[in-house]
Amino acid sequence: MNWFHEWTDTLYNTFIVSDRYMVLIDGLGKTIIITIGALIIGVIIGTIIAIIKVAVDQNKPSFIGKTLDKICDLYLTVIRGTPVVVQLLISFFILFPSAKDGTWVAILTFGVNSGAYVAEVIRSGIMAIDKGQTEAGRSLGFSGFQTMQLIILPQAFKNILPAIGNEMIALLKETSVAGYVAVVEITKAGNQIKNTTYDQINPILLVALLYLVMVIGMTRLLGVLERRLRNSER
Amino acid sequence: MSDNVIIKTEGLCRYYGEQNEIKALDHVNAEIAKGEVVVIIGPSGSGKSTFLRSLNLLEPASGGKVFFEGTDITDPKVNINEHRQKMGMVFQQFNLFPHMTVLRNMTLAPMKLLKMSKEDAEKKAMELLERVGLADRSGAYPSQLSGGQKQRVAIVRALCMNPDVMLFDEPTSALDPEMVGEVLAVMKQLAQEGMTMVVVTHEMGFAREVANRVLFMCDGNIVEEGTPEEIFEHPQDSRTQQFLNSVL
Repeated sequence: MNWFHEWTDTLYNTFIVSDRYMVLIDGLGKTIIITIGALIIGVIIGTIIAIIKVAVDQNKPSFIGKTLDKICDLYLTVIRGTPVVVQLLISFFILFPSAKDGTWVAILTFGVNSGAYVAEVIRSGIMAIDKGQTEAGRSLGFSGFQTMQLIILPQAFKNILPAIGNEMIALLKETSVAGYVAVVEITKAGNQIKNTTYDQINPILLVALLYLVMVIGMTRLLGVLERRLRNSER
Repeated sequence: MSDNVIIKTEGLCRYYGEQNEIKALDHVNAEIAKGEVVVIIGPSGSGKSTFLRSLNLLEPASGGKVFFEGTDITDPKVNINEHRQKMGMVFQQFNLFPHMTVLRNMTLAPMKLLKMSKEDAEKKAMELLERVGLADRSGAYPSQLSGGQKQRVAIVRALCMNPDVMLFDEPTSALDPEMVGEVLAVMKQLAQEGMTMVVVTHEMGFAREVANRVLFMCDGNIVEEGTPEEIFEHPQDSRTQQFLNSVL
């Protein structure tokens, strides 16, 4: 069992000496904060864009409607047409060069990025709801907005939950590139430990394991949520 | 316009297509009086559903006017949502909200739009469910109901708003034959209570028995109208005769 002793010694030197594991824990926290913050921003942006695009699709659009629709299209094209790393660089060095806390800039950037993908998911969810639902809502006297809020969106969200979960998982892993702009999230933290300790193996494997655990946890959570929502219909 | 008229259309048009080449409604003039049960019949594609859906502007008018209780609701300055509260509508496909229980389907609009308290709205909903024999299903979701039950819920959902008129768009066409009777019975009861009703249907028996007036529509217009007896026993227009021959 000599190798085992050697391995635990290495682990001790890599993670415990000078409390280096704290770097990882801080990084883990940042990864989670960035993911959750970006997801909230993404869902808000995505919902707004989806509603605008559906409204313009279904009604005879006014001038304002058409302009909004064009702005949404431009946003979707630019965000989906450029890599998120480049968007991060733009945020950090062009838009907010004097920002003190990089975490906020990262949250905003990932949120705006995620919004473009979430928008399309939500839009498809809204389009999948039968037109009769809108008609029933409107015939009762609800406004278009109330119908959307009370009748269409709750049904749409239920249908798109798996796709949103997918986006959440992709987002969590995507935040690993925030290290590019000096945000010490978990990947960057692992890399820093690797560089200080010359341990090329364990920090990276531990980071991978942590991502895996988080994704498995998220998948479980989504499964529970999905089952609970489905139960409300049966 | 006499006080007695609740809905009136003047030259109502509905065109489709790039060049408005499809004339679903072509200058339709009609009046519906308070307490009247008007049944609209006609071949498919005649514009009868479009006409009905134009009465609460679910189908926007391409031209002409629709007056409801004296107000021209095609006027863009009119808040159509307020007027729709007074016009209940029942659809062929029921269109119940699948994510809500029967009770919530019924109380949603009264609570949000009429600002009724939860207790009052639920009390009213339960009374109505009682009347259509579905009180025991108040906690069920629409997917747990049969077609006939769904349509009865859809009718009482509309009634929860205390409408002045009820519009029925082929309410029994999507039902299994054995469930048609239970829905027609509810509608008959409603007619006897004096509700103003406009009904698009293929149920000629219902038209004969319950209607005060029958409109026969063809090619986007009202070709003939009269009492059930006039229309069914002595149709004047050749298109009416042809249609009745094919369905009776």
